Amino acid sequence: MSAKDEILGRIRSALADAPVAQEVPREYRKTSDMGEAELIDLLVDRLVDYKAGVDVIDAAQIPEYVAAKLAGASSVVYPHGLDTGWLSGLGEKVEQRIDAPGARLSIAELDETSAVVTSSAVSVAESGTIILDGEPNQGRRAISLVPDHHVCIVPISSIVRLLPEAMPRLAITRPQTWISGPSATSDIELERVEGVHGPRTLDVLMVRGL
Amino acid sequence: MTQVFLGMPAGGQGNLFETEPFPKAAHRELGNTQMRKNLRHATHTIRDKRLNVVGELPDWEELRDAGSAIKNLTMANLEERLEEFEKNFTARGGIVHWARDADEANKIVTELVKATGSKEVVKVKSMATQEIGLNEHLETEGIEAFETDLAELIVQLGNDKPSHILVPAIHKNRTEVRDIFLKEMPVVDPNLTDEPAKLAEAARKHLRKKFLSAKVAISGANFALADTGTLGVVESEGNGRMCLTLPETLITVMGIEKVLPHWEDIEVFMQLLPRSSTGERMNPYTSLWTGVSEDDGPQNVHIVLLDNGRTRALADRFGRTALNCIRCSACMNVCPVYERTGGHAYGSTYPGPIGAILSPLLTGIEVEENGSLPYASSLCGACYDACPVKINIPEILVHLRGEDVDANRDKHKLPTQMDLLMKGGSWALGKGKNLGLLEKALPLGRLMSGKEKKIKKLPGIAAGWTASRDIPAPPNKSFRDWWSDEKESK
Repeated sequence: MSAKDEILGRIRSALADAPVAQEVPREYRKTSDMGEAELIDLLVDRLVDYKAGVDVIDAAQIPEYVAAKLAGASSVVYPHGLDTGWLSGLGEKVEQRIDAPGARLSIAELDETSAVVTSSAVSVAESGTIILDGEPNQGRRAISLVPDHHVCIVPISSIVRLLPEAMPRLAITRPQTWISGPSATSDIELERVEGVHGPRTLDVLMVRGL
Repeated sequence: MTQVFLGMPAGGQGNLFETEPFPKAAHRELGNTQMRKNLRHATHTIRDKRLNVVGELPDWEELRDAGSAIKNLTMANLEERLEEFEKNFTARGGIVHWARDADEANKIVTELVKATGSKEVVKVKSMATQEIGLNEHLETEGIEAFETDLAELIVQLGNDKPSHILVPAIHKNRTEVRDIFLKEMPVVDPNLTDEPAKLAEAARKHLRKKFLSAKVAISGANFALADTGTLGVVESEGNGRMCLTLPETLITVMGIEKVLPHWEDIEVFMQLLPRSSTGERMNPYTSLWTGVSEDDGPQNVHIVLLDNGRTRALADRFGRTALNCIRCSACMNVCPVYERTGGHAYGSTYPGPIGAILSPLLTGIEVEENGSLPYASSLCGACYDACPVKINIPEILVHLRGEDVDANRDKHKLPTQMDLLMKGGSWALGKGKNLGLLEKALPLGRLMSGKEKKIKKLPGIAAGWTASRDIPAPPNKSFRDWWSDEKESK
């Protein structure tokens, strides 16, 4: 008998008493009518608590702010679907590297890249969570992981209050990364410390008019 | 450990056993005052954090109700959910393996690693691989496993054992961690301080090259979604993302009870889990992947679905809800027994209140000393209150104590002291008249207590009670006698 058949057979005999489970009560909050100003305040509060950098700006200010965040960077990687206008404020000192299908950067190249700029799919204000779901303006997972500095664009129109409100907006079967602040650990005396293996600096630009 | 009982699925193997009775192990661990200090500090820190973030959600109880019901529903239809998961994961290019027990899982993983030609693997923290002793097995096969979670790294470098499911090195304080790093890391700044941020940086430097060059990663999974074939790992440091994204081959080992029916169900568990475990509104990183994604992440993706006693636990109708556990560790963080004895006293990979029920349920109560685990509790109920999926741990503890008594009864030909005491108790408490008769002996107790008015030593098994405390002298008459005297005098 295969292991699968044997395990499934064990499950059948374990459940010989045919337990009946109740319907799942879903009385928790699934929608919210929080206004835009409050959503912005809530998300800013959470991200600052996680020690992320946060600025709330207009779409026209993106090039200026991206350039300011990358002031000390020597190179930046961006996914092929990113609006390159967002990088137009960068000086010649910052080398721009595109990561595109058929022209992928190697892990070693990513490791030598100072920063990454991506957009994001949806953000959950209550928990301070930014979700990347692999759209062309966010790229594959490695580019937002290996460089030590992540500049992430969050369109204010993509902010929701609750996690259940975010779920229908996500592409389910593409790889996803949910990000709540820069990398951190609570492994020493259960106290939170920022900065381990993932990007140690997370700058979030929350943008009106996108 | 492969005894098979009639009508009962085989028990789990691996690191699930208490090898000496819990009281003996606890007594030894209590002598480690440094560990007790560290644990007290850590568990109290996390308790306050958890209460703050749980208190923020007006619908916390509704989320617990939903989480508990989703798990019960899953267990009642486990066969269908697993088949559904396999179908969807396979359709997306993943390969599913099934393992009856620890040995089989270890062999499957070893063969998969060998097929890649790699002699080393990077690992994401995983309870399942700890349970089956995968690292030790790989070592005997000439494959080196590198733990990448900070706490697992501390344990691995220090040749130590995990003592907590979330923070395996919770028993070590920052100075002890620094000393381990200084001694065991091949390249390390000799002036390393014990500042947690500096220690985290040392771990980053130590592992960076490994991440960037690793060909094979091994992970666990926090959940599997049946209707999409998606797997999820919840973490903080980014070591998980590194392992799940950069290598060519990814092997996940997951207990069969971790499957969830629907994609939407993670909206419940991703609210319950981070707040219950690290006391954060959300953990820094969660990764979700569905089979193989062209051009993004590992192209050779496997999952090993592990039984190892889970079907045995499922067969216990009073204990099966222990399988609902999402490994958050809230129950151990609030447990007065765990706080004092630490995790090593429980022997098994799973310590604390959940371990005290899960380990004997997975292995069978009569195996090794696992029958002593359900007594590792004062039944105060703090674990039940803290559990995000409402596992009634005290009730299962009492159920398993009953199983233990039943399992031991047949071993003795003559009634034991405990049997006699219980018989006596049932006689005394069965009728008011009998109790009154017994109470006539109270002055005898006063006589025993001597000048100091304390009873310092009881005979037989009752000596356990007086080993660490005195009994005050009993009053010269019982409450019942006093009450009837009062009534007469009015």
